[in-house]
Amino acid sequence: MVTVKYNNVYLNDYFSIASKDEEQGKIKNANMYIKDYYYGEKTAEKAEGKMQRTALSNIKDKASIDVVIGGDLSNQLGIMNNTLKEFNTSFLGVYSACATFIESMIIGSNMIASKAIKSAGILTSSHILSSERQFRFPNEYGSLKSCYTTVTITASTSALISNKASNIKIVSSTIGSVVDYNVTDVANMGAIMAPAAAKVIYNHLYNSGKQIDDYDVILTGDLGTLGLELLSVILKEEYGIKNDDKLMDAGASIYHNNQDKYMGGSGPSVIPYVFFNKILKSSKYKKILLVGTGALHNPTLVNQHNSIPSIAHAIEIEVE
Amino acid sequence: MNYNEIVKRLTPKEKRMENAVKAFIAGGVMGAASEILVSTFGIDTMYIFWIVLASLLTGMGIADTIVDFLRMGVIIPITGFAHSMTASALEYREEGLITGIGANFMKLAGSVILYGMISAFILVLLRRLLWLL
Repeated sequence: MVTVKYNNVYLNDYFSIASKDEEQGKIKNANMYIKDYYYGEKTAEKAEGKMQRTALSNIKDKASIDVVIGGDLSNQLGIMNNTLKEFNTSFLGVYSACATFIESMIIGSNMIASKAIKSAGILTSSHILSSERQFRFPNEYGSLKSCYTTVTITASTSALISNKASNIKIVSSTIGSVVDYNVTDVANMGAIMAPAAAKVIYNHLYNSGKQIDDYDVILTGDLGTLGLELLSVILKEEYGIKNDDKLMDAGASIYHNNQDKYMGGSGPSVIPYVFFNKILKSSKYKKILLVGTGALHNPTLVNQHNSIPSIAHAIEIEVE
Repeated sequence: MNYNEIVKRLTPKEKRMENAVKAFIAGGVMGAASEILVSTFGIDTMYIFWIVLASLLTGMGIADTIVDFLRMGVIIPITGFAHSMTASALEYREEGLITGIGANFMKLAGSVILYGMISAFILVLLRRLLWLL
């Protein structure tokens, strides 16, 4: 796996918008919360687009953005492309399930580090209704949810990274490889993604010559409670890395237990939502490793009884 | 390390017994209520009552919570059938009458009807064959 170091890339601004479900959860300080799933629109897809527009428009200094990089979960990134046609800016779409945010950050950081561009906007979103319809078989059709499933969060986040110095520095990144441990249960996304997360964490530590204790927190994307437990087991048994108290999962830290969200939240905007509104708001975390995990779930391939591959990318951040 | 074994060990188990008891009570109560409806108003009224009630609750967004709690107790009876069809109709309304509602109306209910018909056919066949003997 390849690890890239950066000297001149910083996170300058960020914005997040989420729904009432997230507001009732453990993290309450996003910039904006909408009252229902529809945000004044007729369909969930249009609502997701409007959330993306709100997130991108609220970035300070947005006129200086050279390129917007990002993605959501809809086919052909249809929702995000519809949003971006209203912004006259270069756009790169990333389709990497819940690793989208980290992958977009890596692409943007590399372009800034090579001095090809000065700044990049990173945009992600997910919506419970639009993704349930595309990927899952919801309750509405009379199929019951497993007690170990994760639930898509309704949120959109945007960020501005550039070469202008700020107190949040992007230090390095590791581009992960596709991993498949032969899990076929679509409800168990945590078990699908945990091996990919373990592999990228191991390789990032190895390539940058660091120990797990060099970090204040390793924040994984949307493994959920079960996936986090499995990640800890794999790190110990397969890679010999002791990881007590260092691992935290973004998906598992959003909702309360009584919210019927089972193992926690999932979706591309889970990791930025928790990173912006919990990790960066607390002074406890200075050296942070973000690990975005994506289960590359294709309903057609799964219905044809294939296992689900997964990928994880890591990005290291230092806060002064 | 056998990953699939570890996954199996750590994955929480469904509370089958609890779910079965809930479904038994919910189904039983519905059955008893249906008996009263049939004896007072007739069988058609009973069907219409449950279908209208389930569809109404689905439209109001309450049915989901009830299904989550009572599980199969309300899915197996006609309420589950009505719930799945109303939900599909509502969800695909924006995609048009033919390609939207028409094509997706029976998304789940379709398999119930198909396999219902096939099993009915086999049972009738068996009964006729037995009668011949």
